[in-house]
Amino acid sequence: MPRGEVIVNSELCKECSLCVVACPQDVLAIGKAINSKGYHSVEAVAPEKCTGCTLCAVMCPDVVLTIRRKSPERK
Amino acid sequence: MNTVFQKPETLTDVQMHYCPGCTHGIIHRLVAEAIDSLGVREQTVGVASVGCSVFAYDYFNCDMQQAAHGRAPAVATGIKRVLPESIVFTYQGDGDLASIGMAEIVHAAARGENITVIFVNNAIYGMTSGQMAPTSLLGQKTATSPRGRTVEEMGYPIKVCELLATLDGPAYLTRVSTHDSRHVLQAGKAIKKAFEIQQQKKGFALVEVLSTCSVNWGMTPVNALKWMEENMVPYYPLGVYRDVTAKEGN
Repeated sequence: MPRGEVIVNSELCKECSLCVVACPQDVLAIGKAINSKGYHSVEAVAPEKCTGCTLCAVMCPDVVLTIRRKSPERK
Repeated sequence: MNTVFQKPETLTDVQMHYCPGCTHGIIHRLVAEAIDSLGVREQTVGVASVGCSVFAYDYFNCDMQQAAHGRAPAVATGIKRVLPESIVFTYQGDGDLASIGMAEIVHAAARGENITVIFVNNAIYGMTSGQMAPTSLLGQKTATSPRGRTVEEMGYPIKVCELLATLDGPAYLTRVSTHDSRHVLQAGKAIKKAFEIQQQKKGFALVEVLSTCSVNWGMTPVNALKWMEENMVPYYPLGVYRDVTAKEGN
């Protein structure tokens, strides 16, 4: 079970790749599907590696990404 | 799973018209997050500039006013003085603020006007397709300096933070960058502080945010971030140029 989850709003994506470069776990890549503006939207190609660190979303200029994270277990 | 990152309330659902990878989108979001976190959306009035960010009024989910080219600090002054309890910010590019609007920004800063200015410096005129700006770097090729900017013909780039730091009026002046996630997070903190300074009625706050213009620089968005880090950051040093709260030990 991955620690984090990245949700992509493909319609807003402009294929700039800033999130792909920002991800330290190589979770994201530019996909093959084309959105209504004609861009290849980013997709999570390795979702199991996502830690929910939000660095991809921090670099996204178009707020394409929503990030969910497992709440840390408190001891 | 908890949602740890989502679109801030202060941004509307309208899709931004900016080119792919334009850091305007990042800076819009940082401003919106700052307004959200301070809980002042209902009392905030933004003033949009002329330039690529002219449509900012469509993207910010707060009251917005459009100003004539370069006159955003003058319009913001009027709004703030009539509605002193409102939070007033301007969002201006380098063509707007450092070229045609230089008089307005210098005098607003000198008066210590209690407003927040977000100054987006991408070293080029973006909207009019890549002419040389007052902030274009020496040697930088633009539509109007095709062989690169030279001192003999075009003089030196203007460093706005350093220039305003010679005045006694400003309360907070800082320069931040958006070339990687760490710097974007730092930029977010600086923008939030610039709004807090206004909330505390301490006076004029300006955050200069180094930004990319990948289309007019002729690069991919990823290479533009690298170019900004390697060329703009050395000429426009990041850091705090004035902070009145530091003197008070806060």
